[in-house]
Amino acid sequence: MSNTHADTVLFVRDTMLPQQVPPSSTVGPVGWARQNLFSGWLNTVLTVLSFLFVVFLLYRLVPWFVSPTWDGTSLSNCREILDGHEGACWGVIRDRWQQLLFGFYPSDLYWRPVLTLVLLFVAIAPVLFADYVPSKLLYFSVAFPFVMVWLLWGGTIWMPIMAAAGFGIGYGVFQAVSKVLNAGIALFFGVVIAVAWWVVLAAPVANGIASVLPLAIEPVQSREFGGFMLSITIGVTAIGCSLPIGIVLALGRRSDLPLVKFLCVGFIEFIRGVPLITLLFVASTLLNIFLPPGTNFDIILRVMIMVTLFASAYMAEVIRGGLAALPKGQYEAADALGLDYWKAQRLIIMPQALKISIPGIVSTFIGVFKDTTLVSIISMFDPLGLSNAIRADTDWNGIYWELFIFIGAVFFIFCFSMSRYSMYLERKLQTGHH
Amino acid sequence: MTTLTDPPAESFKLSMLVYDTRYRSYTFQILALIGVLLLFGWLTLNTLRNLADLGKVISFDFLGAPAGYDINQRLIEYDNQDTHLRAAFVGLLNTLLVAFLGCITATVVGVVVGVLRLSGNWLVARLMTVYVEMFRNVPVLMWIILAMAIMIESLPAPSAFRGDDPEATMKLFDSVAFTNRGVYVPEPLFSRGLGDLSIGGAFDISLDLIAIVLLLIGSIWVSRRIGRNADAVQESTGLRPRTWPKQLAVIVLPTVILLVVLGFHLGYPELKGFNFQGGTHMRNSLIALWLALSLYTAAFIAEIVRAGILAISKGQTEAASALGLRSNRIMSLVILPQALRVIIPPLISQYLNLTKNSSLAIAVGYMDITGTLMGITLNQTGRELETVLLGMLIYLLISLAISAVMNVYNNSVKLVER
Repeated sequence: MSNTHADTVLFVRDTMLPQQVPPSSTVGPVGWARQNLFSGWLNTVLTVLSFLFVVFLLYRLVPWFVSPTWDGTSLSNCREILDGHEGACWGVIRDRWQQLLFGFYPSDLYWRPVLTLVLLFVAIAPVLFADYVPSKLLYFSVAFPFVMVWLLWGGTIWMPIMAAAGFGIGYGVFQAVSKVLNAGIALFFGVVIAVAWWVVLAAPVANGIASVLPLAIEPVQSREFGGFMLSITIGVTAIGCSLPIGIVLALGRRSDLPLVKFLCVGFIEFIRGVPLITLLFVASTLLNIFLPPGTNFDIILRVMIMVTLFASAYMAEVIRGGLAALPKGQYEAADALGLDYWKAQRLIIMPQALKISIPGIVSTFIGVFKDTTLVSIISMFDPLGLSNAIRADTDWNGIYWELFIFIGAVFFIFCFSMSRYSMYLERKLQTGHH
Repeated sequence: MTTLTDPPAESFKLSMLVYDTRYRSYTFQILALIGVLLLFGWLTLNTLRNLADLGKVISFDFLGAPAGYDINQRLIEYDNQDTHLRAAFVGLLNTLLVAFLGCITATVVGVVVGVLRLSGNWLVARLMTVYVEMFRNVPVLMWIILAMAIMIESLPAPSAFRGDDPEATMKLFDSVAFTNRGVYVPEPLFSRGLGDLSIGGAFDISLDLIAIVLLLIGSIWVSRRIGRNADAVQESTGLRPRTWPKQLAVIVLPTVILLVVLGFHLGYPELKGFNFQGGTHMRNSLIALWLALSLYTAAFIAEIVRAGILAISKGQTEAASALGLRSNRIMSLVILPQALRVIIPPLISQYLNLTKNSSLAIAVGYMDITGTLMGITLNQTGRELETVLLGMLIYLLISLAISAVMNVYNNSVKLVER
């Protein structure tokens, strides 16, 4: 049977033909370009236009960037060097880069902010790269805030140590009382004793020890802070403090206790409804009116408090989103296991909710860091405040692109790496199946 | 045999306030309330003592006093003999102006960039990514100051326009002048205008403007009626009558007729003396603020739009193309209406951010509510408590109003679930 056809058909191919190479117009660079750049008349027009735009930009920008004005001492000097050609005046960066980075910090003490920055990376390493760094380093992370304050502001080492001791004392009281009484009451006692320590005892004790054993480095006044150092100091403090406060506010907003909920909603919505600049006005003009007569504390501290409050309200909303996105079953499962509220939050709810909110948390961080530039409006010398001062200088009057490219590039590096890190973290913590 | 008896009623003990869950929540709330009240009481007491030391009394009388300073960019009549209250109102209108302009521009730019970032065209998508990352990762205050610096330093002075062979010329058929003192654009004038309507002797509103707006609202209503009639015809016969010529005519013709009746013409800016006269003068502080805020916010809106489009599953596109729709119809009929539901809530918060960021106007000297009430008025009267609190209250009200309006819109496009 099977041969019947074979007799009538003249030719039957019994071997596979070897595979042909695909047409050259669909593979390689040509194929890629046809697919991605010229896949229709509209796309072709867009490609040509954008190509012309890029070429024009490079044609104008490259000669401007590679301009031999690194040694220029003033804008007019740069123009002499350029001799009529278009070009950047990089002399301003060479002249003022230290000021843009450190403000008016004494130049022989530059090692202190630099060391603080290095230690900052050491301190956040166990948080950022938990897989690669020994967890013992977390003890250093806890100590870092006090080290940072001591290194940046200088003075005796006993003041930050006494401040840290306040936390230790508070925690000790909490532990001792919670063995006998309810945890809430223990917390109350711990906080009261710690505050009492800071307000009443810390300063005299620190001064007393310092008079015997003065472990001090040269003090630096707050008004000498400036540049990126100021931005980073304010930003890191606000970021570090806003996360815990934000978590508390978010829990408060979802609380069953109507009064606590009302207070948290009121605080969050008020802060989110007003611009940061009005809060900074409060810091610079009103905070002294709200506090007991004669209190006059540092402007940087006042700004830090306000930026922290501002960031916490936004953080609370981000974390509330994470809490709301968590399936209800998780809450019920935690209850079914017999965990109390705080244990359930700590062991079941928060780890998952925080994981969901990572993108939002990081964009809040980026926003806070960018918003630290607003302090230039209440006449503090952050990079933008300094740029105004530099542009008012007779040597550099009329310069703007070079300065803002430098400042913008530094901000870009910080913010862009933060956003890339959050993407990495999201991928790493991804446990779902997709 | 057992007898069930109620356990003996527990007598109330003080420790139950802490250990009994029935009472514990009340205990903690009352403690929290006492704590908050104590805090506020302490702050108020401090404030009163400090103010007494300074010899000040909280009072808003200063709002009625003459302001004594000029505001160069304003929407309503104002001179330096007017009150601080009116100065604050001029500032409020300026805030709303820049917020309104900024929101519209940011939305247009943001939607275009967001869609282009998803384009199959490699080069265009990369360019848009560069734009978005560049603007998102640099503080908005820097963009505002940079835009201002560019306006001041790189544009020609008005004197450059003078002479037979001027260095600079007016753009767009000699109608717009870009100078380092601002941009001069033609202004609409009416030779047979209806005059002004005075509200309570305080504000003048042009009757011409009111007439045009009312006419436009009426025309749009009629054109929508025509559209609904066409829908009804399509429902019953299956054929849709051609409506766009009628709709266009209904909107355009009455407006044109009204403009002709009112004697509409443009007043062009002209160089007279040291400066341009005539036309509308947009200060470069306004332009810089508007440009920087809209480009910055547009980068965020582009990301929101992109996320919204990506959130629509690919099956929707495939189903639509299986129905035989063309790609632009797929976008407008299937993808965008669904994406809009994802896009609108974060878009609202971007509008709020833009409005709040407009307070950075003070950095470039644009006289918004921060610059007038919390700036010069504060410095002149020394009433920091009243001005800052009032300013915060105003911003709070603006924020609440915007989110209320946008929430109404959000509810109207929300998916109606069963």
